[in-house]
Amino acid sequence: METLNFTYSGGRSAVHSAALVGVVGSGNLEVLVEPYPQAGTCTVEIITAAVGFGDIWRAVIDDFFARHPLANVRISINDVGATPAVVSLRLDQAVETYLGDGR
Amino acid sequence: MRDWNTEAKNREARVTRASPLANGKIVAASDATTLLEAVIECGDRVCLEGNNQKQADFLGKVLSGLDPARINNLHMVQSVLALPEHLDVFENGVAAKLDFSFSGPQGARLARLVGDGRIAIGAIHTYLELFSRYFVDLTPRVSLICAQAADRNGNLYTGPNTEDTPVIVEATAFKRGIVIAQVNEIVDTLPRVDIPSDWVDFVIQSPKPHYIEPLFTRDPAQISEIQVLMAMMAIKGIYAEYEVNRLNHGIGFDTAAIELLLPTYAEQLGLKGKICRHWALNPHPALIPAIEAGFVHSIHSFGSELGMEAYIRARPDIFFTGPDGSLRSNRALCQAAGHYACDLFIGSTLQIDLAGNSSTATLGRIAGFGGAPNMGADARGRRHASPTWLKAGREARAGRNLIPRGQKLVVQMVETYREHMQPAFVEKLDAWELAESAGMDLPPVMIYGEDVSHILTEEGIANLLLCRTDAEREQAIRGVAGYTPVGLARDKRMVENLRDRSVIRRPEDLGIDKRMATRDLLAARSVKDLVRASGGLYDPPKRFRNW
Repeated sequence: METLNFTYSGGRSAVHSAALVGVVGSGNLEVLVEPYPQAGTCTVEIITAAVGFGDIWRAVIDDFFARHPLANVRISINDVGATPAVVSLRLDQAVETYLGDGR
Repeated sequence: MRDWNTEAKNREARVTRASPLANGKIVAASDATTLLEAVIECGDRVCLEGNNQKQADFLGKVLSGLDPARINNLHMVQSVLALPEHLDVFENGVAAKLDFSFSGPQGARLARLVGDGRIAIGAIHTYLELFSRYFVDLTPRVSLICAQAADRNGNLYTGPNTEDTPVIVEATAFKRGIVIAQVNEIVDTLPRVDIPSDWVDFVIQSPKPHYIEPLFTRDPAQISEIQVLMAMMAIKGIYAEYEVNRLNHGIGFDTAAIELLLPTYAEQLGLKGKICRHWALNPHPALIPAIEAGFVHSIHSFGSELGMEAYIRARPDIFFTGPDGSLRSNRALCQAAGHYACDLFIGSTLQIDLAGNSSTATLGRIAGFGGAPNMGADARGRRHASPTWLKAGREARAGRNLIPRGQKLVVQMVETYREHMQPAFVEKLDAWELAESAGMDLPPVMIYGEDVSHILTEEGIANLLLCRTDAEREQAIRGVAGYTPVGLARDKRMVENLRDRSVIRRPEDLGIDKRMATRDLLAARSVKDLVRASGGLYDPPKRFRNW
């Protein structure tokens, strides 16, 4: 197990109700997106079964933030060895669900 | 004065030695060892029918159990090494040399035996190459083949898995070799004759029916959303744009996803009747929904697939079948069809390098090639035109002062990371190291980069036809290589430039909504759905039944 944390700033504040997508199963992951007032930042916490892929996670999450610059949002990822392709797809789905739910 | 008839005399001597064992052409299974010892001579070139699917397993077992003090130094020529017996024959000292095409499940053991000096490999071939050499310099002296049934005269019915039998028998019988067939049953009247009796010398009813591997069945339940996304890109970005109507699909979940998206996604795009009409393909169960939806006009097959018998019989307009109603397959002819008459091959791979060379070789395994290199290669001898072939040729030649000609579409479809985070894109193929460790003349490349027209990943499609320099080609490949080290090392500006020129196209460039990429888009989501789509005609093997 490895825990990774990334923090981004400069995004747009988006307060909606929490969204959860994906499943905790081999080759898959669970993504929780929730509002979290934290001085305009977006934090991402990853708990992953695969150790030693921090650089790839950073690249995937950097690109994700470039696509979806959010602020005051906390994203929690529970990963069971998903490929970057699956991670990107799930993140996009999670954010679309989160934003689409708008209050 | 030279004797011009030594082969026939030698043949007569062999047949005479064996004749006390035979009642007509029929030999009892209990006499199989004696028969092989009577007709095989040391150093003979022997073809054991090991197909992709149907296996002469009984004769293989008998051969590998021969006394090496009496029969040795055999030169085995066979298309597939599928069963342990296929290597036991070397380990037991009966055979010494091997020319083959594909070794799939025996690849690791083959590599060990080669490393120990127990097997000398002549060459590793594609199917068509090996079959061709049966008629040039690798003609079998004795062939041990496999059929469903024989009649009392020795006519053979191969059943739907005709596969390699005709080409093996043709090469052996007409060069005065000996043909021995194992059959599941001996009957008074055959459903049809696939091999006439005067090409066959001996027939043995095997104690058990021959083994058949259901190699082409893919359970739709295991298709991922990424594979759905990639299949959407293949249909919209390649099949629709090039009007692909004559094609071959490689084996695997990536292509099964395409087959299962035809009645849904392709139908929604209005593509029925415009794409995917004629196939060189085994009867993939995953194609049932597309056949039922009216996409497919014809299918010629290399071999059959277990469980598809009744379905094929009920759809004679689609398949090549005999007067008895069962499938007639033929690996050699379907390989030729795939090479010369198809406009597109699409398949998965394990590794792609920066020039687009694609390899399934891994260290410690000698897996061989099978049919992919012939399917996945531009047919340099092709002369007839089609819209697909012409468009690909135009793209490859635009702006260059070349005489016009067409080109085949050869698509490599891979997720950028395979399971266990193995990157599909590499700076250098493992094939180089394998070539060195196994003493091969060349690194075993499945599909050469010069033949690859498109690389499709979850990140997008790279159209290599449009690349004009090696540097462009490298960046086009890096540009769809995702988060692999090869992908991360891309020149971002050059990749964006290639995207502006449509050399690289992302799902959003193709107007594909990623949110649609769910398993709900599959026309069948389980084997049970396939059975339902077939109207109950498809009868899947037990291992694919979970109900």
